[in-house]
Amino acid sequence: MNGNELRNILLAAAGLGLAALLPLTGSGYLLSLGVTVAMYTVLATSWALFSGPTHYISLATGAFYGLGTYVVAVGIDTLPYPVLLLIAFVAGGVAAGLVGLATLRLSGVYFVIFTLGLAEMIRQLVTWVQNNWGSHRGLYVLTDITEEIIYWELLAAAALVYLVGWWINRSRLGFALRIIGNDEVVAAHCGINTARSKVLLFMVSGSVAALVGGLLAPRWTYIEPAIAFSAMLSFQVVIMALLGGASRLWGPLVGVIPFTLLWEVISGHFPNQTTLLLGVAFLLIVYVIPNGILGRLEQLYRAAREGAG
Amino acid sequence: MARDRTVLSVRGVSKRFGGLVAVSDMSFDVKEHQVMGLIGPNGSGKTTMMNLISGALRLSSGQISLQGSRISGLPAQEINRRGVARTFQLVRVLPTLSVFDNVIAGCAFGHRRRWGRDAEDHAHDILERVGLEAVALAPVSSLTYIDQKRLELARALASDPEILLLDEWLAGLNPTELQTGIELIKDLRADGRTIILVEHVMDAIRSLCDACVVMNSGAKIAEGSPGEVLADAEVIRAYLGDDDA
Ligand SMILES: Nc1ncnc2c1ncn2[C@@H]1O[C@H](COP(=O)(O)OP(=O)(O)OP(=O)(O)O)[C@@H](O)[C@H]1O
Ligand SMILES: [Mg+2]
Repeated sequence: MNGNELRNILLAAAGLGLAALLPLTGSGYLLSLGVTVAMYTVLATSWALFSGPTHYISLATGAFYGLGTYVVAVGIDTLPYPVLLLIAFVAGGVAAGLVGLATLRLSGVYFVIFTLGLAEMIRQLVTWVQNNWGSHRGLYVLTDITEEIIYWELLAAAALVYLVGWWINRSRLGFALRIIGNDEVVAAHCGINTARSKVLLFMVSGSVAALVGGLLAPRWTYIEPAIAFSAMLSFQVVIMALLGGASRLWGPLVGVIPFTLLWEVISGHFPNQTTLLLGVAFLLIVYVIPNGILGRLEQLYRAAREGAG
Repeated sequence: MARDRTVLSVRGVSKRFGGLVAVSDMSFDVKEHQVMGLIGPNGSGKTTMMNLISGALRLSSGQISLQGSRISGLPAQEINRRGVARTFQLVRVLPTLSVFDNVIAGCAFGHRRRWGRDAEDHAHDILERVGLEAVALAPVSSLTYIDQKRLELARALASDPEILLLDEWLAGLNPTELQTGIELIKDLRADGRTIILVEHVMDAIRSLCDACVVMNSGAKIAEGSPGEVLADAEVIRAYLGDDDA
């Protein structure tokens, strides 16, 4: 660990500590905004762990998230909450592993379409099961877990994701993923088991998404498939991660904060225009900042330094 | 040092693409420390043969063994781990990685694995070897064509392979660069590396190869020392015939 890394870790810890103080403001509005920002930070960062280096665009976040939500909703009356979170985490990983094995040999476009269809497929499946065997269409999640606790749990999850991401970036696995993103044929000829590396990383992001779904379940007291398995969520996560920059660990955070705040303002004043925001952000990414805000900032910084030196 | 230990053996190997037979019933051996030239006119199947050895393509029939154990049918990464490394006819470097990391990529997962300090030291040695030490930290995009070729060679060498496959590594170089390139391969040869060299440059073949296999239309038409095969009537006809077409 060099001086730079130590500095980054200290900065991250300080930022996290500061963020943890948010509930002390006593504002329910700020807290609920904080939960949203923290949730998307965890989701977008873990999404970028896989998609950043490989350039595989996964639209499956909503599927894994919904899976986690349902694990908690189904088990809340029988098992302790922490155990359910663990089950959600494992279930997300297993689901991602299976999806990965089936699809990661597919080339880009087919992978995108399959992952998009996945959330819809699971949603239909859950609806069908509930209609046939369940007593209600939805499930009640009644706990005494407060918004503050959810917020702190999400911060802890964020810390975990950053640590895991930092570790992966330094590891041979992260290096292998970067090589795969450059040229998969060369990767294989360097001795890299390309399928295994991709599936492993995809499992990490699937587990985290399911965990987040589980953490958020108590926030909705009533859960039904249409809420839990949302395609919109998958799109938002992709847009935010790309907006910030998916090739750096803290890139997605830089996209999550402005996007969530804008989303909040727009959905407050023009509730029907949120899709428009999604579209505009998408155009911005494609035409103006293909490497994200962070990539653009790095570019400006380099230019300024060269100008000065 | 037993000079006649067989490193690679190719037996009755064929590759069909639909109706086209790109490689037809090829058999040959490569001995330890040998530099073997694989030559033939354009489209004769040399690159396809290399792809079959490295696992980039699956064979239609036949068998390829490395040091007595079968490698045909294994995926490319497994073949690389057993000790086959290669360069590509159309250069393939890793564009978003630094020159240095391109070399680390070669040794981190392959035949003789290295990671951390060990890998870094090794990468420096290899970059020095191929003459890229000065640009180690540069982005790949700033490299000239010959330097990209050197880098690909460095990456292949980094795993310390049992056999090295070079597909027209000297093609596209200007006369000065060509001399540098030939010297570099001579050095590898002096190190005792086992190499298969696909090449069109006759001077290089004469000065570098211990033995040659000549292909035409996917099949082997001659085998022997460079002097012998280049004087062979059928080989001359194959090359001239191709030139006329
Ligand atoms: N993936 C492929 N699919 C279909 N046909 C192929 C494929 N790869 C090669 N071929 C065909 O196989 C034949 C042999 O090609 P190959 O590239 O092996 O020749 P080569 O000896 O390397 O030629 P050159 O000296 O021009 O590099 C050619 O007719 C080529 O069109
Ligand atoms: Mg060729």
